[in-house]
Amino acid sequence: MTTPRQLDVSGLPSYAFSHRSLMWWGTFGLIAIESTLFALAIGAYLYLRSQSDQWPLGAPPPDLLWGSTNTLLLLASLWPNHQAKSAAEAGDLPRTRVWLLVCLMFAVVFLVLRGFEFAALNTRWDSNAYGSVVWVLLGLHTVHLLTDTYDTAVLDVLLFTGPMEGQRFVDVSENAMYWYFVVFSWLPIYAVIYVVPRI
Amino acid sequence: MMDTLHDVLAPFGPQAGHVHALWMLTLAVCTLVFAAVLAALLIALLRAGRSNAQSAPDLSALGRPEPGRRHGVIAAVAASTLLLLALIAASIFTDRALAKLSTDGALRLEVTAHQWWWEVRYVEPQVADTFITANEIHVPTGRPVIVTLKADDVIHSFWVPSLAGKKDLIPGRTTTMNFRADREGAYRGQCAEFCGSQHALMAFFVVADPPERYEAWAAAQRRPAADPPPGQPLRGREIFMRSSCAMCHAVDGTSAQAVRGPNLTHVASRGTLAAGSLPNTPDDLKRWIADPQQIKPGTYMPATQLSSEDMDALVGYLQTLR
Amino acid sequence: MDQPRHTPASHLKDGPGRGSREAAALDATWRDPPGLMGWLAAVNHKSIARRFIVTTFGFFVAGGLLAFVMRLQLARPGSKLVGPDLYNQLFTMHGSTMMFLFAVPVMQAVTIYLLPLMMGTRSVAFPRLNAFAYWIFLFGGLMLYVVFFLGAGPDVGWFSYVPLAGPDFSPGKRTDFWAQMITFTELSALVEAIVVITTVFKLRAPGMTLNRIPLFAWAMLVTAFMILFAMPSVMLASTTLITDRLVGTHFYNPAEGGDAVLWQHLFWFFGHPEVYLIFLPGLGFISAIIPTFARRPMFGYTAMVLSLIATAFLAFGLWVHHMFAVNLPELGKSFFTAASMLIAIPSAVQIFCWIATLWSGRLNFKTPLLFVLGFFFILVLGGMTGIMLASVPLDLQVHDSYFVVAHLHYVLIGGAVFPLFGAFYYWYPKITGRMMSERLGRWNFWLFFIGFNLAFFPMHLLGLRGMPRRVYTYQAGLGWDTLNLVSTIGAVVIALSALLFVINAVRSLRRGALAGVNPWGAGTLEWATESPPPPCNFYAIPVVHGREPLWQGPRAVAEGGAPAFTHVSGLAADTREVLATTVLDARPDLRVNFPDPTIWPLVSALAVTALFLGSIFTPWAVVWGSIPIAIALTAWFWPRHSETAVHLSLERKP
Repeated sequence: MTTPRQLDVSGLPSYAFSHRSLMWWGTFGLIAIESTLFALAIGAYLYLRSQSDQWPLGAPPPDLLWGSTNTLLLLASLWPNHQAKSAAEAGDLPRTRVWLLVCLMFAVVFLVLRGFEFAALNTRWDSNAYGSVVWVLLGLHTVHLLTDTYDTAVLDVLLFTGPMEGQRFVDVSENAMYWYFVVFSWLPIYAVIYVVPRI
Repeated sequence: MMDTLHDVLAPFGPQAGHVHALWMLTLAVCTLVFAAVLAALLIALLRAGRSNAQSAPDLSALGRPEPGRRHGVIAAVAASTLLLLALIAASIFTDRALAKLSTDGALRLEVTAHQWWWEVRYVEPQVADTFITANEIHVPTGRPVIVTLKADDVIHSFWVPSLAGKKDLIPGRTTTMNFRADREGAYRGQCAEFCGSQHALMAFFVVADPPERYEAWAAAQRRPAADPPPGQPLRGREIFMRSSCAMCHAVDGTSAQAVRGPNLTHVASRGTLAAGSLPNTPDDLKRWIADPQQIKPGTYMPATQLSSEDMDALVGYLQTLR
Repeated sequence: MDQPRHTPASHLKDGPGRGSREAAALDATWRDPPGLMGWLAAVNHKSIARRFIVTTFGFFVAGGLLAFVMRLQLARPGSKLVGPDLYNQLFTMHGSTMMFLFAVPVMQAVTIYLLPLMMGTRSVAFPRLNAFAYWIFLFGGLMLYVVFFLGAGPDVGWFSYVPLAGPDFSPGKRTDFWAQMITFTELSALVEAIVVITTVFKLRAPGMTLNRIPLFAWAMLVTAFMILFAMPSVMLASTTLITDRLVGTHFYNPAEGGDAVLWQHLFWFFGHPEVYLIFLPGLGFISAIIPTFARRPMFGYTAMVLSLIATAFLAFGLWVHHMFAVNLPELGKSFFTAASMLIAIPSAVQIFCWIATLWSGRLNFKTPLLFVLGFFFILVLGGMTGIMLASVPLDLQVHDSYFVVAHLHYVLIGGAVFPLFGAFYYWYPKITGRMMSERLGRWNFWLFFIGFNLAFFPMHLLGLRGMPRRVYTYQAGLGWDTLNLVSTIGAVVIALSALLFVINAVRSLRRGALAGVNPWGAGTLEWATESPPPPCNFYAIPVVHGREPLWQGPRAVAEGGAPAFTHVSGLAADTREVLATTVLDARPDLRVNFPDPTIWPLVSALAVTALFLGSIFTPWAVVWGSIPIAIALTAWFWPRHSETAVHLSLERKP
């Protein structure tokens, strides 16, 4: 019988960033699921298009103005997002609070513009299959915008009110990772909704 | 009820015949593999020693590799892969053979599936010769048949096992299948895609006749309904026209031209009623007309309340529609 | 709520050779709070898993009873026992129950119980999310059965093809309840998949490198990844079906540019991987049972892992074989034939490796092994008919006939349910501390084996003789009568076998022999702790040096010559502190503080249920229902001052 020999872990850190954090893996899993969902919705769009002689069905393509403006703003929001992530990883509470607030303001603007995008689609969800799939595609992404806006708001309030601990910086970092996903997943969706009908 | 053939293992046409050949090959290979795997397992069970929970586990495998076993597994996997590739090849060959069925001089049919009956339209070169029937398809033996398949409401599937594999009929899509019946007989088919309450009672029959008998049948089908003799049958026609019958059923040569239900111009020539649910006898016909829900609950045909004299007259009329 | 009492300045730590004060503190920390509120707020993985297993087994029995009534109806031609409307509900409920409410969830439930014990840790990752997943699953299943008992059960098949399931041909709300049940159960499964992946990657005992984890853990890891990529497809399908029915979208309406076949693609893109979600855990069970009862480590560990991964990848490339009768391009169909046949190869590798292990082992013929042997017969036969179905011309004859019903039951019952029963007999002693009766176990096995073959083998012949599926009756004189009767007799035998199992399980709770720590003499970590395990799983987390830690034992000397570690010490005993290790090498990395029991997962599940139920009737439910969900999730996440104080007392920056 070997005598027990202890591996003392009491000195280990109690939180860490990126893939060392458990919640990072949770976020990664969520991104995998949502990416699959977007890919399938895009697949459904392209499939319905392949079954149809005319596309879009019974409507002109969506107007480019609001969608393209929103796309540029989404890309621009990567900067405050990156800043918030770096500030959190440096443990700098005041900077984190401010940059997260900037992200939140961007998010609100996106949601408003997204409302205009829906109106500028030039079709309704119940007009025909084209209308249905375009509304669902845009709607799926909008749900992500909404949930990320809410997440960011709750986190930011928490950073101001406390209680505060190191793990909260990790939460900000992962929220930023999710925001990257919301922005980058938009690009193929933008291409499908706005560019494909014009090809 | 019609005495029919409906067995994948009893093919009576080239399509079903090719599949049957592939079936025999695949069955042989699969049985061999199954037996071999079970034999290996049985040998393993018999030759391995016995133990209990306290027996010390054999950890020697953790230290050294087991080349003998490895070679055995690799050989088994290699053999399995080769057999699978052979089966893939056999499947592709069968596909090709099926695609090669000659369609020269084919008889052309259009089948439209409805909940829960089969509309069959014979497409003749002369448009005036086109005729419509339901649930019972006659074909000449030895002549290819091209069937165009459509569905009116939900997805159905056209399957007559002794003649060919099945094909789905999908609303919004048109597709075709071919078959040829090489032997005289009645071949039973049944809808093979769940299509609602009466999916279970949606059969049809492909009756293969020698060419002369087929021509006689087709000629009779092309003729509109003759006027019924006076008396009970003529009264029966009046009852047909004034009851709800004429709202759904057509009888060519009369003013009844609705297409929501099966065409009844030659209903008395068919072996069964209600898509194979009932034999075609006067009593069964009466039962069906009086209350279809008793026989096919959920069917769209309403009950028809008639006095028994009126019912006899109606059925007497329908019996003249040969 | 009775929280374990701790102060921020407490210094009680765990480790080997500690006294009863630490053990008592660990017990108090990890056990569920008392009373009804404690039961509702529990987040301990074993508590959640036990109720999850019981619930899924309840659905199994319900699904079985539905099938039993179906078999009674089909025993004779033209039977009037059950009319078409009820029968169509029965087979829809049977398929939906078995696929969505039993087969996948039970595997996840057993995994949730076993994984932390096998990996040498105290919890699954995200314990609150794990609890939420159980509640959401329960509510979805209950909803479906309430609706069925109210006479409005869905009746268009577990696969719910459009246009039959669309607004024109399925009036009322039956299909909407089916579609929403999907949303509930898929959400639960997706959440559990994230829990499993994170647990396997991050919460292993030190020294348990990825190539030392049990094959069962590999099977569940691969299954979890498959879930992430397969389930979104059925979610998208069921959601668009609801929108077609509720708010007038036209995804599946050919008159407005929609396509009925789109449904089939979306459904089967999920549906084919789904059967592998059921099959792979079964393979994992077998890989756990065989080494123990052959008294040797598994032959070909690496090949087994690669086979699991290959099967998972290939599973996503087969879905069109469910659609061979649709007018799709023939060349495309040939690709799916080849893929559907070639997926047999990784499974063959596993079978041959198992046989090699048995061949070179010394066998202990207890009930778990008997069920594994049953697997070999039944699953391999089902695999053979699968190869037949993979060929397009063969499939076009037997598709949608009873031949397929035979095939699917051979592979699912042989490939998953037999191993599952083996797993029950195997791990029941660990969960309950008692052994099940061997005698009843043998009767259980033989009745199931014989009854199964009696019930399902004749169905191959029925299909070849032209009997389609999903028919509430058939006519006499077609040559189907005797075979159907034999099949029904088989169903009776299966029912008897299931009854025996329940009797065995219930009786053994009180009367079974005491199990002790390791009644089977097995080699993996779950057998290193008491039966049943204490709330904290291990009073001292073991350090691992091989694939079969209990057989290989702690080494005296590690690589490098230093004496080897045997156990972890230094985790807090008076708060739920869990060791996180690195993904590949399982080096100790972080001390993560896990949450205490809390009611918020249940409350959130209730809020989500309200939204899901409401949205069957009105789209506005999505808007208004979001508000309680947002509130519940915020309360769930919002840290308490007392919690933060404890965290801060133990905090160390990276």
